[in-house]
Amino acid sequence: MSESRDKLIKKLKAQAYQIQQDIVKLAVDIGEGHCASALSIADILTALYFHRMNVDPKNPNMENRDRFVLSKGHACQALYAALYRAGFFDREKLYTFLGPNTGLPGHPLRGGAPGVEVSTGSLGHGISVCVGMALGAKMDKKKYNVFAIVGDGESNEGIVWEAALAAAHYKLGNLIVILDRNRHQCDGPSENVMNLDPVKEKWESFGWEVKTCDGHNMAELLEVLDQAPFCCDKPSLVLAETVKGHGVDFMSDNAIAWHYRAPSKEELEKALDSLAAAYDCQ
Amino acid sequence: MENLAGIRDSYGAAIVELAEENERIVTLASDSKFSSKLDVFEKKFPDRFFEVGICEQNMVGMAAGLSLTGKIPFVSAIACFMSMRAFEIVRTTVGYPKLNVKIVGMSAGFAYPQLGATHTCLEDVSIMRAASNITVISPADNMETYLATKAMAAYEGPVYMRLGRHPVPDIYDDSYEFVIGKATLLRAGTDVTIIAAGPAVTFALEAHDLLKKEGIGARVINLSTIKPLDEELIAAAAAETQRILTVEVHNIAGGMGSAVAEFLVQNNPVKMKMLGIPNETPPAGPREMLLERYGLNASGIAKATRRLLESK
Repeated sequence: MSESRDKLIKKLKAQAYQIQQDIVKLAVDIGEGHCASALSIADILTALYFHRMNVDPKNPNMENRDRFVLSKGHACQALYAALYRAGFFDREKLYTFLGPNTGLPGHPLRGGAPGVEVSTGSLGHGISVCVGMALGAKMDKKKYNVFAIVGDGESNEGIVWEAALAAAHYKLGNLIVILDRNRHQCDGPSENVMNLDPVKEKWESFGWEVKTCDGHNMAELLEVLDQAPFCCDKPSLVLAETVKGHGVDFMSDNAIAWHYRAPSKEELEKALDSLAAAYDCQ
Repeated sequence: MENLAGIRDSYGAAIVELAEENERIVTLASDSKFSSKLDVFEKKFPDRFFEVGICEQNMVGMAAGLSLTGKIPFVSAIACFMSMRAFEIVRTTVGYPKLNVKIVGMSAGFAYPQLGATHTCLEDVSIMRAASNITVISPADNMETYLATKAMAAYEGPVYMRLGRHPVPDIYDDSYEFVIGKATLLRAGTDVTIIAAGPAVTFALEAHDLLKKEGIGARVINLSTIKPLDEELIAAAAAETQRILTVEVHNIAGGMGSAVAEFLVQNNPVKMKMLGIPNETPPAGPREMLLERYGLNASGIAKATRRLLESK
């Protein structure tokens, strides 16, 4: 690996570590949040907002910006933290999360803050909207790509597969979906709730080009995202193997309990220690 | 304007004209292009017609996405599937953020009566009306359908339009100016007011003529925009006639009549009768049989009006 690549990876890991801390601190401050779901996508969001995507925080509506939709909208703490760190808004705004009349409610709100493109929260809607956005962009021969993060629990919803069919049918080579394969949802491990495997083969059989990576290994994330879109006339799926509650050991060890729960002030110390260890050891 | 041969054809003609004038207009169908009369649109604008397959939910989501790229998407399917299968996407992803998506429920009411209850849509007004930010339109004839389609495109925001399938005699000519939110007074009268929407407007006009022979002067209002209500016209009718009968080919629960009742009971309560389908599964059978069964035809409306006038 080149020195500059190595530096980039280190820089992005440090950035992801900041975002992970923000996720936990934000939840402790307000007392609520989908912490574990957010912790599984911070590395992915870092790779997107600080490397792969063409966005300008000072010009959030730039015409040819890449679009990002958090289809698994409940993980928005991660998105808000990433947007804050990228410079879309300031810390004061970030800490209005879940507050009265806030632009940063518990699911993304279009127009609520710079950088939030689409209101999401009801699972499956986001990817469907992305298919429409990618189609519109392709019609108009626009140069931008449309990125989305979809959850594996979310993939239970039929609309996700309707969207998958349509994306392949319309040869949307400008659509890149990252599957946050954290293998857990509300009622338990996904394989027990509603088995999704073989998930890679499912997406491939729907006509998508699929590449797999460790969603917490920045080098692998960059390698895969740098290749996306993988094919000019097929939509791309990045199958990111992740851990629900990644970086905070007491969350990842007990993902079900931490779906919608914030650490207490006492648990915050332990969470931050665990994150420090997780990000140093990588 | 050409080929106002039927309700759905009027939509088909209007959407083609709209597309000729504005390149932002796109249409989506869920294996429903023929029943939506979009075949001409598809031929003329193949790059702006999107077949989505029998995926109503994704069709609405895609339309939302297309609207975010600056398009004006019109989605259409048979009303029962359009309004119900896709409703959550309409309400949450189109309605709440007020995206500029137009939704057309084709062949509502007793459009396919022999096919049974699955293809009968009697709930769409109630459902769509309950969602925030969705304008709800139910035009009465070909010309009004044509003009309403054009008005929908010019309006910035989500709209649901309910269309029937059966032929309707002409009520309006090309001098009519359709305005979203404005009801029309079709017949003056001071004894009672009949408020109707969609195909029921024709039946209401026929009932008016039956009642006239008996010396009863019924005011007839076409409430083609059900949301927002033309409160001024309804309030005047209540004040001046003191008796309101509503009629629609729709469930009583939550439909146009309910919208009128919600307004009047809070502002000017008068004696009302609401005609529609009660809480039951309609049987399969010819349309005439069903309209007779539920008292929605001219004789049924006239009978209900007489009863309303006789009651204290």
